[in-house]
Amino acid sequence: MSRILSALIAGLIFGIGLSLSQMINPNKVINFLDVAGNWDPSLLLVLGGAVITTTIAYQIIFKRAKPIFADQFNLPTAKNLDKKLIGGAVLFGIGWGMIGFCPGPAIAGLGIWFYEPLIVVISIISGILMQKWIAKKIGPKA
Amino acid sequence: MLMLLNGRIAGISGIVKGLLTSFDFSESNWRIAFLVGMIIGGLGYAMLYPVEIILPEGINTLTLIIGGHIVGFGTSMGGGCTSGHGVCGMARFSLRSIVATMIFLSAGMLTVYIIRHVLGS
Repeated sequence: MSRILSALIAGLIFGIGLSLSQMINPNKVINFLDVAGNWDPSLLLVLGGAVITTTIAYQIIFKRAKPIFADQFNLPTAKNLDKKLIGGAVLFGIGWGMIGFCPGPAIAGLGIWFYEPLIVVISIISGILMQKWIAKKIGPKA
Repeated sequence: MLMLLNGRIAGISGIVKGLLTSFDFSESNWRIAFLVGMIIGGLGYAMLYPVEIILPEGINTLTLIIGGHIVGFGTSMGGGCTSGHGVCGMARFSLRSIVATMIFLSAGMLTVYIIRHVLGS
């Protein structure tokens, strides 16, 4: 129960943060990516601020032997730079630049103005399923 | 906070993908709770401070569907999005995440450049 409640509260704070910082506004995101036009660098502060806060928090958290409500820290183990990582990041960047939504703001956006975020969330889910299906077909190399 | 309490990376694409992969409730419950929390957070904020969202020019339902699929496919293939690679991964000084973040930021900027300044105007 405590794991569920803590995840709910962490999500709540994250959702408020995404709204407050305007990350949920696709117009703002696209202006942030539009370095050649009316560049709006303010989201750089948001991302930078989030990275700095998380870096400091992780330094303190990882001094502990384990999380409060779980037996261990679950961290990614992959270290190599492969084609999947690079190809995936390229595609994600293209999609992000097209619509100004990444997965987090699309989900928080469901609580804000619903219609467009819903279309994006359903499309993201469908895109993930397609990738999983293709990866299964061609094996672990993909 | 998710790391301190539950030992998990707060990566949204990973959380969504996890839900689509594992149907084990003990693994799904915290993921659902986190996403529900995010929606309530957005809702709560919008109730206090009405947010007016104007979609950028040229974006319609079809673009959202195509772009959303590319975002889903890409984050699933690349193992992360802005929150997982961009925030949590960078904060762990993960080389994979630093490279992924540089790539998706550049790809996003290039895409906006092409749409707005090459095709558009």
